[in-house]
Formats: sequence, C-alpha cells, structure tokens
Amino acid sequence: MTENYAWARDIYDVLKDLDVRQVAYVPDAGHANLLKMCEADNVMRCIPLTTEEEGVSLAAGAWLGGERAVMLIQSSGVGNCINMISLANTCRFPLLMVVSMRAQWREFNPWQKPMGEGTRPTLEAMGVKVTEVDDPDLVGETVRSAGEQAYGWPDMAAVLLHQKLMPVKTFGK
Amino acid sequence: MDKQRADSYELHRREVARTLLADRTDDFLVVTGLGSPNWDATAAGDHPLTFPLWGAMGGAATMGLGLAIAQPTKRVMVMTGDGEMLMAMGSFATIAAQAPENLAIVVFDNERYGETGMQATHTAGPVDLVAVAKACGWPAAVQVTTEAELSDVLPVIKGTKGPVFVDIKVKAEPLPFVLPTKDGVHLKNRFREKLLGPDSLL
Repeated sequence: MTENYAWARDIYDVLKDLDVRQVAYVPDAGHANLLKMCEADNVMRCIPLTTEEEGVSLAAGAWLGGERAVMLIQSSGVGNCINMISLANTCRFPLLMVVSMRAQWREFNPWQKPMGEGTRPTLEAMGVKVTEVDDPDLVGETVRSAGEQAYGWPDMAAVLLHQKLMPVKTFGK
Repeated sequence: MDKQRADSYELHRREVARTLLADRTDDFLVVTGLGSPNWDATAAGDHPLTFPLWGAMGGAATMGLGLAIAQPTKRVMVMTGDGEMLMAMGSFATIAAQAPENLAIVVFDNERYGETGMQATHTAGPVDLVAVAKACGWPAAVQVTTEAELSDVLPVIKGTKGPVFVDIKVKAEPLPFVLPTKDGVHLKNRFREKLLGPDSLL
C-alpha cells in the first residue's frame, strides 16, 4: 500500500492542472498515495466524508461558489450516492468521481461483489458517463478527459480505476 | 414521542423565514432544504443568491459546506427542516471536521415530515439536534422557541464564528405552497451569475 504508484502522481498533476480545490473522499487503499499528495498541497482542501453522498452535494455547493471539487471513493461508496446524483443531473452541476474498483481482479472479499459489479450500471442509470481504465500509463489522461468534460460542459463523469492497478488485499492470508 | 407538542409552539415558520431573510445583502448566501423551508424562503421573497432545493434530501448541509469553503468571505446560511437534517446526521461530523467559520445551519424544527402527511419525525421523540451538534464539537449550537430568543440568535446566525447550528422549534401548521421555479439549471446559473459575474456562465 505504501508503494509509490506513478499513476497516483499523474492524477494529482491533472487535478492541479484542472484547478480542483476541494477533494472530498471516503478513503480507500487505492487512493492512499493520491490522498497523501492532496493533503500535502496548500491549495487543495481535503474533506473526509461520513458517507459518499455528502460529496455529491458538497461538489454542487463548491461549484455554486466558483470552486471545483472531486470525489475520491471506492466502488462500494458509489451505491451511497445514487439519489444525491439527482442534484447534479437535474441542475447540471459538474461531478467528477474517481472510483477505485473492487471485486474485479484477485478480490479476496466476496462481500465486495454486489456493489463492485453494480458500480457501472448504477452510475449509468443515473446518467453519469463512466470510463474505466486499467493501463497505468493512461490513468492521468483518462481523468483529464473526464474532468475537462465534467467542468467544461458541465457533465457528470466517473473514472473507474481497475483493480489491477491496486495492490492485492488478502487480509493477512 | 409527543406528536401533539409541536401544535402549540409559539413561532410560525413563515415569519421566522421573513425575519432571517430581512435586510439581506449580497454577502449573505442561502441554501434551503427541500419542501417547507423552500416554500418559506420563497414566501419571504425569491432571491438569486438563494438556492432552494427541490430534492436531494440530506444534501442541504454539505451543499452549504462546499459553498462556505469556496466563499470564505461571505456568510452562508442553510435553512432546512428537521426531517432533512435527520437524513444528514453524518454532516454534523463532516462539517465539524472542516470548521467553516462562515457557515450557519438553521433547522425549522416542526417535528414533522411536512410534505408527506405531517408524520412525526424523530425530534418529536427524544432526539435533540442541538445536542448532536454540541457532541460533534460545533462551537455554537442553540435552540430557539420564542420571539425573544429568535431576536437574540439573529446576530449569531449572521456573524458568530461558526459553524453555527440553530434549531428553531416552529409550530406544526399546514400552509399554502409558495413555489420558486423548479428549473435547477436556472437556479444554479442565476446564483453563479449574481455571485461570480456573467463570465462564470461562459
């Protein structure tokens, strides 16, 4: 988990280029390196959430006030956001989610399966454009494209980080 | 649960809204929760720097947080109901951790789900939202039940270093709908244009 994934640096650089100021998250091991970089940044404000849906409304409030927000969450947390996405959808607030995936690749925990497999269809059912990336060299530019459309159109975009990108979690087994 | 208690509260929500929104300046930004607080704010006078929610139940408080962080020199007031805030209990913790000095959350607490048949909410029972805010470490958290207390709390809502939480016990009463536009894109754009200027829409 402490290995230095270059794609995490690429996402951080893209978020800086996009002038993202509010980083809302429910932590996941897959986001640990990126979160460290964001926390070390004097301009970015890292905002831990008690549940992911808070991030959807927070991002809308940020946009009302002229700032850009991003959500860093795990696939299981997507399920916690569904009705709140109505806010972004109805009002066309920008929404950028970077989602670390579970239940895709060498998953140890079967309890991750329902929401892991439900992540894409539930997001798409709510109108969110979903792009998945499993090539570490393309992670940064995938987030850039999603972010440019999210803030520029504006639109709702989720980038799913394939579980291949993450360390395998085996709970000590 | 005491389902009759709120029938005899002294304060009327429409008058409370008028008091809170009187003499507002462009340094005062407002988000309302869905349902009655939306209609109350609209009855007090529609304003481009009021964002009235028509849905997104449980989202008003954190929407106010995102706005307050983005606009630290403005005062942000979230006006919402007890049912909406009960759905956002985690937001008490999220907001406390960020400690936005310019944010006030005001709950119009009639102890009812007003849009769905006036069913009792948890605050008709033992649940005390002020105690929740205090337990989460909010520097200012007060309950208001009288006209005099409402007058006293106005400067707290408008200026005390926050986050500020105010629970205003209001009479459970049926009131006519007073609706703002339900076009969310328009509500968003008029707010941003007024706050950030016309270039923000480009």
